[in-house]
Amino acid sequence: MISVKNLKKSFGINEVLKDINCEIKRNEVVCVIGPSGSGKSTFLRCLNKLEEITGGHINIEEIEISDRKVNINRIRQNIGMVFQSFNLFPHLTVIDNITLAPIMLKKINKKQAEEIAYDLLKKVGLIEKVNVYPDKLSGGQKQRVAIARSLAMQPSIMLFDEPTSALDPEMVGEVLNVMKGLANEGMTMVVVTHEMGFAREVSNRVIFMENGYIVEEGEPSQIFTAPQNERTKRFLEKVL
Amino acid sequence: MNFWELFKVSLPALLEGAQMTVRIITVGIVVALIIGLVIGVINVGNNKVLKAFARVYIGLVRGTPLLVQVFFIYFGLPTVLDFRLSAVTAGTIAIAINASAYMAEIIRAGILSIDNGQMEASRSLGLSYFQSMRKVILPQAIKRMVPPLVNQSIISLKDTSILSAIGIIELTSSGQIIIASTFKAFEVWIMVGFIYLIVIEILTLATSWLERRWTV
Repeated sequence: MISVKNLKKSFGINEVLKDINCEIKRNEVVCVIGPSGSGKSTFLRCLNKLEEITGGHINIEEIEISDRKVNINRIRQNIGMVFQSFNLFPHLTVIDNITLAPIMLKKINKKQAEEIAYDLLKKVGLIEKVNVYPDKLSGGQKQRVAIARSLAMQPSIMLFDEPTSALDPEMVGEVLNVMKGLANEGMTMVVVTHEMGFAREVSNRVIFMENGYIVEEGEPSQIFTAPQNERTKRFLEKVL
Repeated sequence: MNFWELFKVSLPALLEGAQMTVRIITVGIVVALIIGLVIGVINVGNNKVLKAFARVYIGLVRGTPLLVQVFFIYFGLPTVLDFRLSAVTAGTIAIAINASAYMAEIIRAGILSIDNGQMEASRSLGLSYFQSMRKVILPQAIKRMVPPLVNQSIISLKDTSILSAIGIIELTSSGQIIIASTFKAFEVWIMVGFIYLIVIEILTLATSWLERRWTV
């Protein structure tokens, strides 16, 4: 579903991604772990072209996204993204946050979009917050609304960029639970995370990145109990 | 003639001048906002050619005095181009262009003050750059732009007094005309100043009312 070949990304002279190769299959949940500065977030942001890639290829559902002729807006509709800092639209209520993109892009009317939004809000457990503005929500609630907002476009891939890193500890669980539910429904997910418990329990595959390379990848049971690479071992010793 | 008699005699002419001032500044601000929005949005965008044009435009307008701009448009342009502008049209254009450069910078700063994550979130949903600007960035940025835009509008309103130099009978020059026949400089300038003050006070009250409604 997602195929990455020889991906390179530089910011000026700083080469952040050096040579990334990986395949992500439909319905797979892939967690990307690694020390800060390893390029995990940049890698994720390249997948929906929030970062313009410097070299290599990214192929999503048979479409080469680095191709200049590709309509990136159309592709992004199919790829949801959840950010560390939520990025809800503060001037819109919860329901308007969720329905903005579907109404503008999916050629459906307000009522249809709101029905979809209600279903999603039920799913993330926030139906009572329909008409509330984001500044009245807790961090965990904001992130759940952000997930609902992404899902409203009915994407087939969801990207999560450290979705729980900005949350108070007691709110991490509610967001991870929503993500777990999504994984169980078969959503294809790429999750950059520091939540090793989540990576171990929910993901099908773990990718360990360091210094712009994928150093090791494998099933979570293997990565967490018998890492092959020295650097993976050292990293896991520190975080587990 | 005491102050009140003078006031009663002068008021119709002064109000006529004030009306001209308000007409020029109203059209001027509307046009300035439109130009300012276009230049401001260009300036936060990625098109290098348009951006260079925008920088030159702002540089030229901010780097020259308003009076020179007024003279250039009213006396200068018609000598090389084959048309003639009325003084009011030329004056309004000059005020609009002058204000637009400052407003463009206010609008640029307003847009830049919105966290980049907003644009990223909107783009990641599939909205185009301009859809994101219109639906996500500008609605937030405009609230922050209002106070400095009102400030600029007040400055521009007072700048219209310069247009007396090309014979437009706006508020300031109607004052001059009355003084020429009555020799009451002290009283008439107080009246003129007071009318400017009232117009600006009304503008300020209207916008702060608007701001209060928006923040609810």
